[in-house]
Amino acid sequence: MVKGSFAVRYRVLMQIYLPIAEVSVNAFLLLGLGGIVGMLSGMFGVGGGFLMTPLLFFIGIPPAVAVATEANQIVASSFSGVLAHLKRKTVDLRMGTVLLIGGLIGAALGVQLFNFLKSLGQVDLLVKLCYVVFLGIIGALMFVESLNAIRRSRKPGAVPVRKKHNWIHNLPFKMKFRTSGLYISVIPPMVVGVLVGILAAIMGVGGGFIMVPAMIYLLGMPTKVVVGTSLFQIIFVTAFTTLLHATTNFTVDMPLAVLLLVGGVIGAQFGAMIGTRLKAEQLRILLAMMVLAVCLKLALDLLIMPSELYTIGPAGHG
Amino acid sequence: MMRGLIALAMLLSALALPGAAQEEIVADLSQRQVPITADFDGSELILYGAVKRETPISITEPLSVIITVAGPSKPVTVRRKEKVAGIWINTDSVEIDSAPSFYAIATSRPLNQILSDTEDLRYKISIPRAIRSVGAPQHVLDSHEFTNALMRIKAANGSYQARPSTIAFFDQTLFKTAVTLPANLTEGTYKVTLYLTRDRQVITSYTTNLAVQKVGLERFLYRLAHDQPLVYGLLSLFIAIVAGWGASAIFRYFKG
Repeated sequence: MVKGSFAVRYRVLMQIYLPIAEVSVNAFLLLGLGGIVGMLSGMFGVGGGFLMTPLLFFIGIPPAVAVATEANQIVASSFSGVLAHLKRKTVDLRMGTVLLIGGLIGAALGVQLFNFLKSLGQVDLLVKLCYVVFLGIIGALMFVESLNAIRRSRKPGAVPVRKKHNWIHNLPFKMKFRTSGLYISVIPPMVVGVLVGILAAIMGVGGGFIMVPAMIYLLGMPTKVVVGTSLFQIIFVTAFTTLLHATTNFTVDMPLAVLLLVGGVIGAQFGAMIGTRLKAEQLRILLAMMVLAVCLKLALDLLIMPSELYTIGPAGHG
Repeated sequence: MMRGLIALAMLLSALALPGAAQEEIVADLSQRQVPITADFDGSELILYGAVKRETPISITEPLSVIITVAGPSKPVTVRRKEKVAGIWINTDSVEIDSAPSFYAIATSRPLNQILSDTEDLRYKISIPRAIRSVGAPQHVLDSHEFTNALMRIKAANGSYQARPSTIAFFDQTLFKTAVTLPANLTEGTYKVTLYLTRDRQVITSYTTNLAVQKVGLERFLYRLAHDQPLVYGLLSLFIAIVAGWGASAIFRYFKG
């Protein structure tokens, strides 16, 4: 189940036994997966966690290990990005800190929920359902949005207007965010942070794909500080999530993270080069299609009667 | 007194089963330890031995050999999926009190010809007997289905192996067999037991241990993750950051 026919044929090349996942997989398969996802994230400027974690499920890594290890990998792959943004001063540290406080609370809640459902034997379902729902929504939104963008680029003139004042501005506890040029309540960024933290803990993602649109459309932050600020939040929240999973579930697999990471960093460099040659709308529509494909595969796994109805797990209290 | 009893026992057994008491197993394994290294991809264990006896071979009732290799036993939960609101989710579950992580049984002839049910029950030799399951929740009426599922899944991934008639047994004396240890092997002390049977009764047995252990880096990481989880978590973060940063630094160096 762990190895596909590809892996079996090349097993002599380099099979590696992962000490925490307790499965043997091909090291080049992991490097390759890291490379492909890294390339995509370089091309599209996304974290890639939401693609990597389901791919790890598909190659037979236990979901709990995949989620925790992916959190570890995201910390590392976001690290050089944060440094670059700090140098360019495109991080709103104050906003980042508010998002971070929310994120830490969310991550703690998320790990609690994760462990509770694990004891009930429902954690796989929870993780997969979250993926189907979020990938479905994000993929569909991106698909429609980029189709519209392509249509718009053919008919110049119509530029979307961003709403500057909405109900967000009537909430209490206002705070000045100088870098973003905002004077808004801390409640919305805090809530966004909590939601992203929960997702990070349950899905093993950075949550950039939720946070970036929320920052632009909900909080009204200027686009140039959005990516840096979200990376700043992600790096600390995923680091915290990694530690929580490592200390409560013992599911962080270090060799797995390192292999994915090395492949990922190399892939990201190539991806960034390819990305500059393609049009933004084309890139987004490609990404949207990929997200929808992964979503569909996961959804089918839940909807089609599995060939084996029974699963074995460690004895829990449930 | 003691000697008299022994003499009596010997006399009785000599009358009942000629030659039985004198037959003993001498056996060994190709390896006493199975190291799980970073490139561990399964292993083959060869078991061989001989029947040591002081009397001529009994012609009337031939001997048979059964060899079992059992991994450490642990309680496990078997869950069953059911369709709820259109999606397949885990509903019923049964906790099985004790199931070996690995179990292989090899025999020199089909098991039911060389072992009676009562002896199987007593020594827990066959796969269903090696699994202990007493209580199931009251609402689960078909708990045997869960035990069957456990055996089916474990057999499919090579963790439970029934290998009837795979022991080469020469002249009622020498025997040899091989057991494939799969790549998904878990750590622990494995128990290798050899039984000699005659007339479907176990006449003697021999047990030895096989240590399956992670070694080197695998062992270090596994132990650290469980004994010092915080240190392990911090170390994972540190190594991942260094590796990620290092790889991109190398790339930048070559590019510019």
